[in-house]
Amino acid sequence: MLQENNYITSSCRISNHTIYKNGGKIFEEKNIVFADFLIAAYAYFNLNYPKFYKMDSLSKLGWLASEIVLKDTFKAENYKPADVGIVLANANSSLDTDLKYFESTKEFASPSLFVYTLPNIVMGEICIRNKFKGENAFFIQEKFDADFIEQYVNNLVNNNILQACICGWVDVLQEDYEALLFLVEKNKTENAIAFSTANMNVKNH
Amino acid sequence: MDTLMTDLKKQIVEQLNLQDIKPEDIGDEQPLFIEGLGLDSIDALELIVLLQQQYKIKLANAEDGPKVFYSVKTMADYIRANQPKNA
Repeated sequence: MLQENNYITSSCRISNHTIYKNGGKIFEEKNIVFADFLIAAYAYFNLNYPKFYKMDSLSKLGWLASEIVLKDTFKAENYKPADVGIVLANANSSLDTDLKYFESTKEFASPSLFVYTLPNIVMGEICIRNKFKGENAFFIQEKFDADFIEQYVNNLVNNNILQACICGWVDVLQEDYEALLFLVEKNKTENAIAFSTANMNVKNH
Repeated sequence: MDTLMTDLKKQIVEQLNLQDIKPEDIGDEQPLFIEGLGLDSIDALELIVLLQQQYKIKLANAEDGPKVFYSVKTMADYIRANQPKNA
């Protein structure tokens, strides 16, 4: 069994039109559709990244969650680009965008939709934003499997393939969505908790 | 006021989802790519779709792309020269 020596230094959950950071509610905007909720959150946090508007919903959701999970916690100067990686999973792959792209092909196939017809593009968007060049992987699973994520990420970090990792769940299908991201680092920081299945499964992230 | 160029600016902003840019902010001869509006290769494909969708024009030669899509003015010139009579 792998030694439990890595830490969740930050977490972000986005679901039910509400955003939580480390368990505390930081944004809520009910009674609007999901697409508008994403734009409202982007504006609220003053993120200033025009490419956000061009992303599909999965990338917008994952990118937004990554911005929040990294904010005020992640010290980029402590890492080289290849030190930081991303491990994500979801149930619906890129189906939300696949369906939109399929619709577009009935008239003119949309190049800008086509480029998002893979689930791992969200990781590329996060890497481009933060200049991360470390290992990344995206898994399709029926539901969030914290035990699998713990083992996979611990393997990468404990073998020095990565020094830090953003990991978790980013899933979208029409109005159903959820993001749950964790920043995992080797060094314990203030308010950090052990990187463990039990801690990832705590409901109040 | 050139109506075609005004329309093109609106269509570019809409087609490319440039939510932080107003059509009137785009200069007639401002480069669309790199140092100008900063468009990328996927945007170039979207501009080709725009030409087909809105003006029924297929870019005959892909090598003409950089010249045709250099600016709103070069796009308008290309449309005027190639638009089908009944479009």
